[in-house]
Amino acid sequence: MSYTLLEPKSEGTTTVIQTKQSGPAAAAILAAGIGTLALGVLTILSDKSLASKNLLAFYKPTGSLSGVTTVAVVVWLAAWVLLDRLWKHRDVSLKKVNAVSIVLLAMGVLATFPPITELF
Amino acid sequence: MEITTRSVWTLIHGMGFGGLYLLAGTGATFALYQAFQPVERDQASTHPSRLIGIYLSVMAALAWLAVLSGTYIIYPWYRASAPIGEHNLKAYPRALLLSSPSTSAWHSLGMEWKEHVAWLVPIAITMAAVVALRYGREIVNHPRLRVGLLAFVGTSLIASGVAGFFGAMLDKVAPVEGGQTIRLVKGDQR
Repeated sequence: MSYTLLEPKSEGTTTVIQTKQSGPAAAAILAAGIGTLALGVLTILSDKSLASKNLLAFYKPTGSLSGVTTVAVVVWLAAWVLLDRLWKHRDVSLKKVNAVSIVLLAMGVLATFPPITELF
Repeated sequence: MEITTRSVWTLIHGMGFGGLYLLAGTGATFALYQAFQPVERDQASTHPSRLIGIYLSVMAALAWLAVLSGTYIIYPWYRASAPIGEHNLKAYPRALLLSSPSTSAWHSLGMEWKEHVAWLVPIAITMAAVVALRYGREIVNHPRLRVGLLAFVGTSLIASGVAGFFGAMLDKVAPVEGGQTIRLVKGDQR
């Protein structure tokens, strides 16, 4: 818990409220950004490299899509657990985390778009 | 009136899980925007933050069911290889689309994008649900947290819209058909 001093509502009184640290939320948001970027990078890898495509075919009827999505989910969850442990009791700048995560999210979305994938 | 088991699965996947997600998504975006705006402390008791956490959790369940049913039940039927020399490609939607220049982009652009971009939806909405449940009313004390959640929920809504649009169009151009036939209503004989 961290403590926030609020503006006095009336003369001579102040209110102190307990607030949760931003660390766990920042960890969740950044991990989601990392997960979506991983999804995009793996999409490009499976499209551009035959070796990666074969390696990622965890379930034959679905082909490389099974590996791309499974590995992306594992990366996302691993990043979440790791960052949560690091930031559990800390206040982290959500402004910076939001900015980085939104960039990662945008890159992840773009990397799944076939005309972009073709550029690599 | 008949329907095949594969058609039933595409209905469950698209109109069931996917359609419900899209309907819920617009509500969630509005609720997140509206509910976590800073309010006076004495209004906190009526704040619907817990309900929003549950609402986002149901959306997360729908998103997981949509991508898992799409990837592991319907997609194998869609991408099944046609036997060499097979001329009737109706049972092989991907091969049918790729057999003509006028339809091949439905696969190379539509399906290729849909099958990957849809997977960011459960990642984004699960994160939002967990944060909403974990922080509840506390989200108002972190205004930037609302911005992060809205960005991910909004993007998940756009991604599910892309997946839904291409899913519907692919089902019109090259539907996944086959399996057992289920008779829904017996028609009159002429």
